[in-house]
Amino acid sequence: MQLIVNIIVLASIYALIACGYVLIYRVSRVLNLAHGELMMLGAYLVLATASLFNNHPALALGMAVLLSLVAGGLVYVFLMRKMTGEMVLAAILTTVALGILIKGVVVLIWSAQQQYPAQALGVPNPSLAIAGAHISLWSAVLVGVTALTYGALFVFLRFGRWGTRMRAAGQNPLLAAQRGINLHGVYALAWGLSTLTGAAAGILMALDSGITQAMPIIGLKAFPAALVGGLDSLAGALIGALIVAGAEVLLIYYVDPLLSDVVPFIVLIAMLIVRPWGLFGTREELDRV
Amino acid sequence: MFRPAPRASGYFRTAYAQDAALVQTCTEKASLVLFLVALAVLPFAVGPFLLDLACQVLLASIGALSLMLLTGYAGQISLGHAGLIAAGAFTTGILAREIHAPFWLTLPASALTGVVLGFIFGLPSLRLRGLYLAVSTLALHFIVIYLGGEYETKRGFSTGIVVDPPSLFGVALRDGRAWYFVLLAATAACLLICINLLRSRSGRAWLAIHTRETVAEALGIHVARYKLLAFVISSAMTSVAGCLFAYYRGFVSIEAFDLFLSIQYVAMIIIGGMGSLLGAILGAAFVVVFPYVIEALLHLLPNVQRLAGDIFAVNYASFGVAMILFLIFEPLGLVGIWHRVQNYFLLWPFKQRPLAGGRK
Repeated sequence: MQLIVNIIVLASIYALIACGYVLIYRVSRVLNLAHGELMMLGAYLVLATASLFNNHPALALGMAVLLSLVAGGLVYVFLMRKMTGEMVLAAILTTVALGILIKGVVVLIWSAQQQYPAQALGVPNPSLAIAGAHISLWSAVLVGVTALTYGALFVFLRFGRWGTRMRAAGQNPLLAAQRGINLHGVYALAWGLSTLTGAAAGILMALDSGITQAMPIIGLKAFPAALVGGLDSLAGALIGALIVAGAEVLLIYYVDPLLSDVVPFIVLIAMLIVRPWGLFGTREELDRV
Repeated sequence: MFRPAPRASGYFRTAYAQDAALVQTCTEKASLVLFLVALAVLPFAVGPFLLDLACQVLLASIGALSLMLLTGYAGQISLGHAGLIAAGAFTTGILAREIHAPFWLTLPASALTGVVLGFIFGLPSLRLRGLYLAVSTLALHFIVIYLGGEYETKRGFSTGIVVDPPSLFGVALRDGRAWYFVLLAATAACLLICINLLRSRSGRAWLAIHTRETVAEALGIHVARYKLLAFVISSAMTSVAGCLFAYYRGFVSIEAFDLFLSIQYVAMIIIGGMGSLLGAILGAAFVVVFPYVIEALLHLLPNVQRLAGDIFAVNYASFGVAMILFLIFEPLGLVGIWHRVQNYFLLWPFKQRPLAGGRK
């Protein structure tokens, strides 16, 4: 039972992070390797807002999430906009460089020590018992938030005005631009939303167990989830997260705890050998060097 | 491609042997000799700190050259370079530790590991391109690092493996100057291999594959074979660099080969300039020297004490900024700047090159 709960919690972490990769890739065909760092930035933003709004945890959390939305948009406007139409490698490397920059700046501002935003906010983290398994409050919240996020994203992309625009831009940027869709606006929104979901994951993980410098690695480990499901499919990311998390938890439990860092990548390689475009992804020309 | 330096006047070859010569004109010969003399004098002219820096640049150059061969020429993206260096270093460390293997055994063994790993790293490239290939090499990097870490913990070397200095011709290599010449020779050999590979059949095949794979195949190039060849040669050279790294440091630990090292190597070829061997070396020098420059600049600032603990973070952040600036404003890299300077003096008093198709 505990194993199942662990798998579900880890899967929702991966799913919440992975939907950020999917959003950006689906709309602009860019792989954002700075996603883990942006996620960590979101968690640190809670520390900043916590000191501003001392006695209002909800307000502080809301502000942090909003700020990360803005941060994602700004990343696009000031950085990635310049990389449109460049080589894939150049765009990926720009995000890598951005990640390095964020890591450095974060340490400069908040120091490299492990921090606990839950203490700064003054919110507790009790352990709940469900059917014989233990789950911390914030992990339970994270599962709920993941479900909520996926539901909201589905409705937004299917019925929302901007959601439709995003899908159009992802399918054919040229035609979308011809129909009067503001591509830069759509891309900026995708970056903002992606950072927002990533930051939500980062914040909830930080509330659960504190912020460490290892957070970007978790962000990177969520990438196989996105790819296993198909880089341009949200539902796929959910399934992929379940597969990767299941494999990771079971292998750690039955084989070797050291495997934790490498299991998602083994799954990734297996998937790349069998079906490079993922379970639910569209089979595209993988020809964008 | 290996291209002679631009000249103001035409240089006309009168024999086929001249076509194949590496050094063509008297000016080139003279400058090459001057350069070699400067390199030979360098270790006796500078202190131990700068000597160590020079050795690091040479080591990084080997890695950067091999990555340039793979990414800059054959067009295969790799984000797993640190994994290959780690493989070379660990082969050396394990052999030296377990069976006290001498230098002349560990070096080929590392190269062999590189060949095998290059083959494995290259297999996905037969099916995947671009982004997906980058991701698969990234994943393989993590797997190699995991295997290294597993060895460290299982054998009880959790802090790292100590490697004794190698002995060449019965003399133990401890001296910085001796190391400098060994590394210089290794880098020069690596550079020569690269130049000769690139101006022969394999180099032309790689360029064709880089430009357009379908056309290359239609021209009769065995795409799969040459892709794998690029991976194998590149990673063999990288593993040799890893072997030299292990001996030079005298210490192998898995922490030294994280993802950041891979990124640094990719940054070297981006900052140096894609598709140029000179660029690989310039980029290696830039990336290796960069943190020391930042540190020196920090010490010029007034309140150093406050920043002393964060030098690492400052380095990190400024490295990110430098990479972004190069990617956005100078995609051709340092070589692009170098060619612009050359052209400026060459064309002076004019500013523009004659249009293509005009009288040359």
